[in-house]
Amino acid sequence: MGMTITEKILCRHTEHKEVQPGMLINAQVDIALGNDITAPIAVSEFRAAGGTAIFHKEKVVFVLDHFTPNKDISSARQCKLLREFARQQDMKYFYEGGKCGVEHALLPEQGIVLPGDLIIGADSHTCTYGALGSFATGVGSTDLAAAMMTGECWFRVPETMKFVLNGPMNKWVAGKDLILYIIGQIGVDGARYRAMEFTGDTVRDLTMADRMSVANMAIEAGGKNGVFTPDEITKAYVEKRAKRSYTFYESDPDAGYASVMEIDVTKIELQVSFPHIPSNVKGISQVGDIRIDQSYIGSCTNGRIEDLRVAALILKNRKAAPDVRLIIVPATPEIYRQAMQEGLLEIFLDANAIISPPTCGACLGGHMGILAEGERCIATTNRNFVGRMGHPGSEVYLSNPAVAAASAVAGRIAGPDEL
Amino acid sequence: MIFKGKIWKFGDNIDTDAIIPARYLNTSDPEELAAHCMEDADPGFMKKMIRGDIIVAGENFGCGSSREHAPIAIKAAGISCVIAKTFARIFYRNAFNMGLPIFESNDLWDLISEGQKIEVDTDTGTITISGSTGEPLTVAPIPPFMQELIRDGGLMKHIAAKKKSV
Repeated sequence: MGMTITEKILCRHTEHKEVQPGMLINAQVDIALGNDITAPIAVSEFRAAGGTAIFHKEKVVFVLDHFTPNKDISSARQCKLLREFARQQDMKYFYEGGKCGVEHALLPEQGIVLPGDLIIGADSHTCTYGALGSFATGVGSTDLAAAMMTGECWFRVPETMKFVLNGPMNKWVAGKDLILYIIGQIGVDGARYRAMEFTGDTVRDLTMADRMSVANMAIEAGGKNGVFTPDEITKAYVEKRAKRSYTFYESDPDAGYASVMEIDVTKIELQVSFPHIPSNVKGISQVGDIRIDQSYIGSCTNGRIEDLRVAALILKNRKAAPDVRLIIVPATPEIYRQAMQEGLLEIFLDANAIISPPTCGACLGGHMGILAEGERCIATTNRNFVGRMGHPGSEVYLSNPAVAAASAVAGRIAGPDEL
Repeated sequence: MIFKGKIWKFGDNIDTDAIIPARYLNTSDPEELAAHCMEDADPGFMKKMIRGDIIVAGENFGCGSSREHAPIAIKAAGISCVIAKTFARIFYRNAFNMGLPIFESNDLWDLISEGQKIEVDTDTGTITISGSTGEPLTVAPIPPFMQELIRDGGLMKHIAAKKKSV
């Protein structure tokens, strides 16, 4: 029997000729990623196990994006530890300060992760890179420490669920709505331990930014990875960024799938995920009157230039409602610069938005926009668990950037056509 | 090994933000993390639990973030083991990698209430509910590779042991 793209990429990183779901394999890692929260534990595990040199200077990447710019003394201490380790190990890809961005926007943009790669990251949203046609999955700090030492990681080959998306997307509907809709259908453990492969004619026209939003939230359905078949759109994105060779894989026609779900995209309206679980999804027409205190546009799900352009389109010549704090977070310095050159930052400032430096910031309740008890936020982020963006008594609603921008103006959760 | 303790019962989809909220992740010190264990799921948890107690949860325990701080906080709090209907995959890996004993049981959750005592025998793979006259429950078998990890004391020690044997 043939193999899926996920099985092929895993297989090519081992000595096996073929792999099947359920097999336990030890695979070579192309990139191992850590951040300022997860890498300090990995470094201490690495040292405790007698580690002296990382397996490859260009394959271990640290991005200090979570509690940075350092939010307090403890965070500064964690960053300092990583900085010293990176210097000592002469790591090529160590990102902090003005070169730092949200890791899952930064690594594809900088051409560090490429199609066909096997990538592990001590961050659950590492699955974002599946948008490029790679196998990418989140692991813990100990897995990262082991990979830093050996260049390998163990995996159980996952079964694959195939999602066939067909039909044109409705106005303002984006990749975020597709994945929120799917999570609403299958639940937060609907793809537990499994690969999610996205295909169909909708996918063929999807921008890389939209593909990344979709793959990013595979973990919110419990998935091990999310993956797209690389094509011309992938090629156009990657060829100007890659500094090493890469491989396009695709699933064999006779590959085996655990399930196949056909989705008629023409029926998907703008989606909003209600507290306190990402699967609690409603179409915008079913939302009702929900006042908000904050709108947050950014994150590894939706902080890319395409997202900011959509927000600017809606915010132009409009202002955030007086009671709403609108926070916009360009995900990387390159996106920030691009937004400046395109005049988007001026539109945001005119709309009374706060423009944040690139950071994971308030998405995980770190800093730069924390909520008080009883406050509500609409966010283009990926999780709305209890206390995710601040006080356990606050609420987070998830949406795409168009809805978040329109809601900031309306002062309640609203679609752009309601303005 | 035998774990004997009082049950603290949690529902489905207990996420890592509930186990250890991100606002406390500016440290990786196990004791500091333990002080906030399960805080957003049950704010009084650390005041009432005692060392050796057992967490019993529903489906998809540990979903969300990859933070290993979650199993670290649970272990450092003194929870002896976690038994859930199912675990989210990164949490499952992390627990074995860093040495928090976890077990899957589809039936236990529905048969017990909070405060009851149970005994988990990891050698026989059985759970006995105190005061119950019924047959002991069996836990889902731990895959052989995971058993190796447990035997070696976690992933890093497993790698070191493998290196030595080559």
